[in-house]
Amino acid sequence: MSVIIIGAGPAGCEAAYQLAQAGEKVELIEQEAQPGGNLNNWYQLFPDRKSAQELNRQLILRLEHPNIRLHLGCMPTKIDRREGRFEVQLNDGALLTGQALLIAGGFQLFNAHRKEEYGYGIYENVITSVELENFFTNQRIQTSTGQLPKRVGFIHCVGSRDEKTCNFHCSKLCCVTAVKQAIELREILPEAEILCFYMDMRMFGPGYEEMYREAQEKYRIKFVRGRLSEASENKAKQVLIKAEDTLIGKPLKMTLDLMVLMVGMELSAGSRQLAEMTGIEKATNGFLRVKDPHFATNETNQKGIFLAGSCSSPMNLTDTLTDARSAALTIREYLKHIDL
Amino acid sequence: MYYDPFVLPFTLGLNILLIYLIIKYARWIRTFSTEDRQTIRRNIFTLKTWKAGKEVFLESLVHHKIFRINPFLGYMHLCFGLGWFLLIVIGKIESLVYHTSIFNPPYFAIFFRYFHPAKETFPGSNVFAFFMDLILLMILSGLLLAWLKRLYSKALGLKRTTRHRPFDLLILTVLWLIFPLRFLAESFTSGLRGGGSFLTHTAGDFFNSFLPIEQLSYPAWWAYSSALGLFFLLLPFSRYMHIPTEIVYIFLKNWEVRQGKHFSGISQFQLYSCSRCGICIDRCQLGSSLGMTDTQPVYFLKKLRHGKEHSILVDNCLMCGRCEAACPVDLRLNALRLTQRQEDIRITKSTYEYIRPAAAKTTAKVAYFAGCMGHLTPGVIRSMQSIFHKAGVDYTFIDEGGSICCGRPMMLSGNHHTAAIIQEKNKASLEASGAELLVTSCPICYKTFKEDYRLDMQVLHHTEYLDILLREGALHPHCSDITTVFHNPCELGRGCQVYTAPEHILQTISHRIATAYEGKDALCCGGSLANLHISPQQRLQLAEDALNAYAAYRPDVLVTACPLCKKTFSQPGSSLPVQDIAELVDGQC
Ligand code: SF4
Ligand code: SF4
Ligand code: SF4
Repeated sequence: MSVIIIGAGPAGCEAAYQLAQAGEKVELIEQEAQPGGNLNNWYQLFPDRKSAQELNRQLILRLEHPNIRLHLGCMPTKIDRREGRFEVQLNDGALLTGQALLIAGGFQLFNAHRKEEYGYGIYENVITSVELENFFTNQRIQTSTGQLPKRVGFIHCVGSRDEKTCNFHCSKLCCVTAVKQAIELREILPEAEILCFYMDMRMFGPGYEEMYREAQEKYRIKFVRGRLSEASENKAKQVLIKAEDTLIGKPLKMTLDLMVLMVGMELSAGSRQLAEMTGIEKATNGFLRVKDPHFATNETNQKGIFLAGSCSSPMNLTDTLTDARSAALTIREYLKHIDL
Repeated sequence: MYYDPFVLPFTLGLNILLIYLIIKYARWIRTFSTEDRQTIRRNIFTLKTWKAGKEVFLESLVHHKIFRINPFLGYMHLCFGLGWFLLIVIGKIESLVYHTSIFNPPYFAIFFRYFHPAKETFPGSNVFAFFMDLILLMILSGLLLAWLKRLYSKALGLKRTTRHRPFDLLILTVLWLIFPLRFLAESFTSGLRGGGSFLTHTAGDFFNSFLPIEQLSYPAWWAYSSALGLFFLLLPFSRYMHIPTEIVYIFLKNWEVRQGKHFSGISQFQLYSCSRCGICIDRCQLGSSLGMTDTQPVYFLKKLRHGKEHSILVDNCLMCGRCEAACPVDLRLNALRLTQRQEDIRITKSTYEYIRPAAAKTTAKVAYFAGCMGHLTPGVIRSMQSIFHKAGVDYTFIDEGGSICCGRPMMLSGNHHTAAIIQEKNKASLEASGAELLVTSCPICYKTFKEDYRLDMQVLHHTEYLDILLREGALHPHCSDITTVFHNPCELGRGCQVYTAPEHILQTISHRIATAYEGKDALCCGGSLANLHISPQQRLQLAEDALNAYAAYRPDVLVTACPLCKKTFSQPGSSLPVQDIAELVDGQC
């Protein structure tokens, strides 16, 4: 039996490996030239500060399994269902067939240009959380004028929980990412003032709350409860922000040398296309809808098509990998069933 | 004196109708404000009255606007409007030529064929007969189209036909019976006694060949008169009330009686002037993008008129003005809907006490105002600052440190009182600058500055200002191959009639691609603050559909001139870049 997996991010890789180990043939399709997905852009992972690239390497290493065929730089152009089999036409001309289809198309980060009032792409010292990861990778933090920033602000919920961008959902990870990044930043900039502007701190995972406490006590990160309304830039290229500190109920104005936007997660364009090609329903938050939120978290409204990872909702890496294993199990059950 | 009892239904119906109309209109006019009355008095003996007369002819009779929108529909309306009018006027002349007495009652002309012994000729009697037949034929052809329209509304280029109440169907049937009955009555009479022309005469002979027209002729006249009488009696309670009301409304409109913030006499006239032509239906993007087919003015006005529940319809409108721009009766549809929105926010002067006193007087002649929306698109502000710099304009950025809202969103939600407080606060700080010219980036601010603020300085939207700078040679555009499509924001185009400035700018600095959405036909981006009902997802759908419509012309950039449009269009994540006209000008000069 063979399974076609679309997307070789962490979810796709893990599911491929689990299925391959169980003796299924796997066709793993990835549009980029290398597997790993969004993980490629990360430096360290919360909560244990594991190297992202180390995890990535481990996941990719397992793709060398003899049951896995990896198709890099490929995209499905057509998906047909014929006599209980899926036929996936790739843009390089190959035609793959399989009894089950697993969509692991993942998420994409919110395009910060859409929140123009925060000045991304307009003001020099406004960056996104991904760009900050890049800074960390290169171990170089400086402002556009080449100085060490004295005051850095993290802005939570950019493109999440925001009616104006039509994204109502919480992206779940940006709070803890901000805490992690603030700590990493403190290690490089012992003297700087570091602030996080949040609406709520969503520290859902094990160890997260502890990290948050440590950030305040040990790393002197200031947490301000209030949403940024707008930003402007002064002559010195600093970012002037206006917000309201909702805990003391006062408007607040401040200049930042560097402003980091904690961009949220949306369904990736690739996942959206797949949903359109296969008729998978979308949930109101824009992600793909699972058949049942408790019992069928990897199944969809289309028989034989499964989901793994953050194409069904924002997930951290722990949950993504767990979800991928769960998808592998679900698919095996399904394959047994159609065997009879 | 010519008389026969069959004229009674007609005469009775007509007189009751006239008395009813006079009482009703007088009541409405009585509620006009003193200001409105003065305006009427000032304008009644001017050319405006002549203009109104001309408009009545063009719109109520010829239906020239409907013609332009849809020739089929226009012809249909022309047949009824002009046809009926000519039938009455030429009929009257004919009867006067035959028997010059001013004491002839109205029915004499209407039933002339019955009273006139066909043998007795008079000057031009054949010509009259010919024309009367021709006009009747024209009306009958219109009738045929109306029939077809009900059967196949698609074939006439209309997506939907307006829905009718049972009562409307009754009067529709009566109306549709009138002319066939006249045709039968006249044909039977001419078959019997001669007279008539190519239509009724021929038909008379034809009917005579197989029908007992001797017995049928008199009842046919009764039927014709009864249909007329019944029509007149039913008219005030039907949509045909628009026929007389529209005429009065056209005069009132030309005398500059305006629809104010509250529901008033002029609102009544408008309510009853809607002909339910349904042209507004196909213009509405809530219908085409979201499948909401109950909120368009034709339905809204109907509900309002019949006192039916309409609270959702009141809120569910973008106030984009697309329907208003196409309404052949020229009703102030947005203002009418606004009268039904209630004040629901209480704000006092002290609410804004925390705002610092107005900025100090500056020497600069030009004051730039980004507006609160403008502050959400710093890219636009940036470009304007750069343009001022390039053109060497001495300016002051009066709301650089922030500002309060211009108040228009409050007005659009029906909160006029709150809006007035905000406006007062704003006006003080605008005027304190002492500038001569106020340039704003936001069409929403622009509209209310122009219409409500009564500022003692000139106000321009940056589109107009940039156009002036380009025309005066203060900016030097370089040659460019960039292709553009312009999305005219609702508040700027239909709202403030700014159409030529952006067109000229884009022609100067780019290859402007003309689209089906030029001028008054521009689309709404979906971001409108005026809709208090739809969900953000539905807005996204509107934006996506509008974007796709523009993207079909494959421009390099979609250009707009409103911070809100720009933001709305950036949400669907389309590959088509969207820029404000200021950003484009800045990039090209
Ligand atoms: S995780 Fe935090 S920052 Fe991210 S969307 Fe949720 S509340 Fe906002
Ligand atoms: S509102 Fe205007 S366009 Fe709409 S049905 Fe009435 S007359 Fe026609
Ligand atoms: S103003 Fe716009 S949204 Fe409202 S009814 Fe007219 S066309 Fe529809």
